[in-house]
Amino acid sequence: MNTSVTKPRLLAKLSHATVALGGRELIRNVELSLHAGEIITLIGPNGGGKTTLVRALLGLLPMRQDQVFRVPGLRIGYMPQRFVVPETIPISVCRFLALSGRFPHPRIRMTLQAVGAEDLENQQLHRLSGGELQRVLLARALLRRPELLVLDEPAQGVDVTGQAQLYSLITRLRDEQGFGVLMVSHDLHLVMASADSVICLNQHVCCTGHPKSVSQHPEFLRLFSRTASREFAMYTHAHDHDHDVHGDIVPLKQDSQRSFTSADIT
Amino acid sequence: MEDFIIRALVAGLAVAVVAAPLGSFMVWRRMSYFGDTLAHSSLLGVSLGVLAGISINPAIIAVCMSVALLLVVLQRQRTLSSDTLLGIFAHSALSLGLIAISFADGVRLDLMGLLFGDILAISQRDLWWTCLGGGMVLLVLTFLWRPLLSITLHEDLARVEGVPVFWVNMCLMLLIALVIAVALKIVGILLITSLMIIPAASARRFASSPEQMAIFSAIIGSLSVVGGLLASLTWDTPAGPSIVVTATLIFTLTYLPTGLSASLR
Repeated sequence: MNTSVTKPRLLAKLSHATVALGGRELIRNVELSLHAGEIITLIGPNGGGKTTLVRALLGLLPMRQDQVFRVPGLRIGYMPQRFVVPETIPISVCRFLALSGRFPHPRIRMTLQAVGAEDLENQQLHRLSGGELQRVLLARALLRRPELLVLDEPAQGVDVTGQAQLYSLITRLRDEQGFGVLMVSHDLHLVMASADSVICLNQHVCCTGHPKSVSQHPEFLRLFSRTASREFAMYTHAHDHDHDVHGDIVPLKQDSQRSFTSADIT
Repeated sequence: MEDFIIRALVAGLAVAVVAAPLGSFMVWRRMSYFGDTLAHSSLLGVSLGVLAGISINPAIIAVCMSVALLLVVLQRQRTLSSDTLLGIFAHSALSLGLIAISFADGVRLDLMGLLFGDILAISQRDLWWTCLGGGMVLLVLTFLWRPLLSITLHEDLARVEGVPVFWVNMCLMLLIALVIAVALKIVGILLITSLMIIPAASARRFASSPEQMAIFSAIIGSLSVVGGLLASLTWDTPAGPSIVVTATLIFTLTYLPTGLSASLR
């Protein structure tokens, strides 16, 4: 983490955020602060409330005012989890990008180049493959020069090497442009080494911490090239409590062997 | 040419041009049944307008907007799906309208004309209404084009990017209500949506951008109006249905090559 004197600017915050739908709590009492230049990765099981948290933060869910804070006028680049292109709409990638605002054409080209999708400019949106669509969606999020980038499973439909590229691209752009990043990752094991902190969400925040480097792990060295493997780390999941079969919190069993290294327990 | 034919032609072309971009949105957003429901409700507007002794156009718009608002509210609950709600609304509004008309004793209303249109009976005043209303719809639509497209592709993304989704959607419904009010005289309550949907569906094959689809759809709609009127004058067929059948013929012709090549494969 950056230890310079000036504290990074707070962009958005959730305090004691609880979202319930039909009597069922989707997220419970979640605390989260996002700062400029910081990458936070959200992991957790399916149905753990990751997308709900993201939507609450973006103001897409009705929330009490004291639960959500966003800097007024905050420019957010958003990459939604589900984006189905209806085949009934004829629209090119270039036109699709231009929907997010009146931007000069060179800026659209530059953004497409930045995500490695410059060849797709004149393609029809519904003809794109899953990986191509993800790049185009990232381009649309970046086009607005966001202060906060919110990516809900950006790596879906992208193959493993493509995922490594995508994550390193996001890190590089963060270094260049200094935006804050909140990213949802479906995968418990692949978490970017450059993430400043990882939040594990299972309705409530289970734990937060720094991802541990696994650059020496033989499994990762086999899967990725050396450069790519440096970008990844295994996140040690540290529980200060346990879950029963209903997912409710129960005290930690004494005999269970868990590693508490490199994780701040909340 | 007779005056009434020129009036019919101009009004028909105006409606075809205005219906094209809205029809495209209805195709993209799967709103054709929604449009149908609003059109059915407009009969209730007509009869309420007649009963209250006011001009029917504002009455139609008021009823269509109320129905649209009610639908938006009711769609928030999830026990009944949208198409069920639309089915309930469309037919109860139509029936209510028919019953309300029966109470209007002193007034003689041409029910067939309301249901299927009476384009050859367009008056000078109707023509002004059509052109004025149509022009207004097109003007508003140019301002809303980009936010509307953005919402159509992904509502949440549009909202995060600062589009006032609720208001833009409301405006779209208002525009559809306006077009229905204006087109009522030309093709009638039961056929209005076809004039919006069929040309747009035919245009999809040739278009590579949303604007192209709207423009091609306007051209196809205009051809349908001309063809339908010609058929009506030549063979003395009812004008509204002839326009719709012409549109359907064009649709069939545009899809024939694909259909054939797909079945031969």
